[in-house]
Amino acid sequence: MKNLWKKLIDKYGYPKVFITILLAILLLIAVFQKQSIYGLLKDSLVRIGMNSVLVLAMVPSIVSGTGLNFALSIGIICGLLAGCITIEMNMVGLKGFLIAVLISIPFSVVAGYLYSILLNRVKGDEMTVGTYMGFSVVSLMCIGWLLLPFKNPEMVWAIGGKGLRTTITLANKYDKVLDRLIKLPNIDLPIGTLLFFALCSLLMWLFLRSKTGIAMMAAGSNPRFAQASGINVDLQRTIGTILSMVLGGIGILVYAQSYGFYQLYIGPLMMPFAAISAILIGGATAKKASISNVIAGVVLFQALLTISLPVINRMMPEGNLSEVVRIIVSNGVILYALTKVGGND
Amino acid sequence: MKKYSSQKAAINFIKNNTVPILFFIICLGGVIASKLSIPYILNEIVNRLDRNLFLVLSLIIPVVAGMGLNFALVIGAMAGQIGLITIKVLNIGGITGLFLAALISIPFALLFGYGTGKILNRTKGKEMITSLILGFFAMGLYQLVFLLFVGTIIPIKNPEIVLPGGVGLKNAIDLTIIQYALDDLLSINVMGIKIPIFSLFIIGLLCLFTKFILKTKIGQDFRALGQDMHVAEVAGIDVDRTRLMAITISTLLAAWGQIIFLQNIGTLQTYSSHEQVGMFAVAAILVGGATVTRATIGNAILGTILFHTLFIVSPNAGKNLFGDPQIGEFFRSFVAYGVIALSLVLHAMQKNFDANANVESME
Repeated sequence: MKNLWKKLIDKYGYPKVFITILLAILLLIAVFQKQSIYGLLKDSLVRIGMNSVLVLAMVPSIVSGTGLNFALSIGIICGLLAGCITIEMNMVGLKGFLIAVLISIPFSVVAGYLYSILLNRVKGDEMTVGTYMGFSVVSLMCIGWLLLPFKNPEMVWAIGGKGLRTTITLANKYDKVLDRLIKLPNIDLPIGTLLFFALCSLLMWLFLRSKTGIAMMAAGSNPRFAQASGINVDLQRTIGTILSMVLGGIGILVYAQSYGFYQLYIGPLMMPFAAISAILIGGATAKKASISNVIAGVVLFQALLTISLPVINRMMPEGNLSEVVRIIVSNGVILYALTKVGGND
Repeated sequence: MKKYSSQKAAINFIKNNTVPILFFIICLGGVIASKLSIPYILNEIVNRLDRNLFLVLSLIIPVVAGMGLNFALVIGAMAGQIGLITIKVLNIGGITGLFLAALISIPFALLFGYGTGKILNRTKGKEMITSLILGFFAMGLYQLVFLLFVGTIIPIKNPEIVLPGGVGLKNAIDLTIIQYALDDLLSINVMGIKIPIFSLFIIGLLCLFTKFILKTKIGQDFRALGQDMHVAEVAGIDVDRTRLMAITISTLLAAWGQIIFLQNIGTLQTYSSHEQVGMFAVAAILVGGATVTRATIGNAILGTILFHTLFIVSPNAGKNLFGDPQIGEFFRSFVAYGVIALSLVLHAMQKNFDANANVESME
């Protein structure tokens, strides 16, 4: 028994094992509480699809050696900006969503490129610098959202007619356009979003096996060796950062179509942390990540959050315990990963 | 010749104090644009110095010990709040209550500081991101304790502070019983500006204490660590223990700092008063010209004045310049985050530059 436990920990790492056990306990309680298991699983799937691409965005950043992308909010802002532009142009349906994705890419590429120039000068401190760069850009964009010349009355404040609203509804635009892309009779599952995620994952998987992808992984896992064998490490880190930002931009659009709203201003502030916790729960570290980490992580983390809400609220109607669980789990996992990275020496 | 050297001195002065000078200019612009009266601004500055300086000063020792900016100040602030909640439960007010709160916070602060130090010793070189995340994590635990354990495990019944359901503390706790207990102990009025002499005296004591401790044996150890951890280790300094001391002192000071802060404010936002403590204190000391590796009492005082001047004037300045007070508010939070990001970048670039220079000299 003790051996089995040790084997489990060695193979999957503490976060994954603990979260799985926690999830199993919650599911068991849910059964006893006679909650609708189908409903819980369906809600979990919705949230898994919603967050999946954002979590995937961590992969290129980790494998290229820049660590966990704490500045993913920059990519997220690029996506939100693209989304607002499509609403300004009154684009609806799948076409609107896809155009938003297309518009977001050049923004993310430029932002990612600029950010990577910075990252290549602060090697070893990417995470600390990234966190505060992300925070700074989010708060700078708060001024941006107020001043940008958007005119569509559905987006700007009704009073004064200037400045975007804090939340912009996507109803009648492309609310759930991916979620409901493929409809099966009697089953209301977000198949479209999950397929979209599968497509992104497949592309990422293929990319990591391409010549560039392999060079990028080499640059990330052993920069000195890679440099010696003729790989331009800085270029690979740049590519990784750009890809991460692009996926961040697409990720928020996927998130928003499922959620039904764009959340501007300080909405993106803490979003990178959720994505980071998810991929860490999936077994990634600050230096190693794979598509399977993404899938396992987003499933475990989002299922935990979704299921804990009704289960805990039934047990403890007072207070906001499920939110507390979220804060503790998500930051605890990041903290654990940081102690594993170890010092510089 | 003399003219030349004084010119050089001036250039050096500007070079060494770029950040404070830049902020001085921004603040000056803000003061003019805000159209607020000077006595009002001065009054507010004194008030905010009294509130925040103690917290900002508590950052100095970890910086000297080479642990960077202690974002885990939040955790110390929580210890202080535990002290305040206790005296509220016991209903002891006035200066007695305040000192009791400070006393009660000591064991918690020492314990929290020790824990923080243990974790930071496992993440050497990544102290700043770790202390930031640790702060977030601790906020979760804090919520767990005061939202769930109060009324169930911890027997607090007082309906004035407990939620109607009997479990969990209310969002806001009225601290009128100790409001201005310290400030009003001895305060004078100079031309309409209220100066809380006693609070400033306590802050002065802390300055002296910081100066004093840096001159003792342990202070020299801190500095040796800040210079080079490996050299210090070779020289026979117990690195882990010294770092533990530095962070514990900082945490304890943060606890007391938060108590001073809240006695001035008069209301405890149970779940959010501590949230921004670390960030604002760090931003303030950086504005004063501190860096990740160097911080002085002067930096703390100057930084607090400049940073909080910006706080006072930015909503009005935003309204007058752009017709929207919100822009001023967003601007000041951008400034807080931005100045932290900037100094982290400069620090990391310097470190990289030094490392490259080392590699090249070895080759």
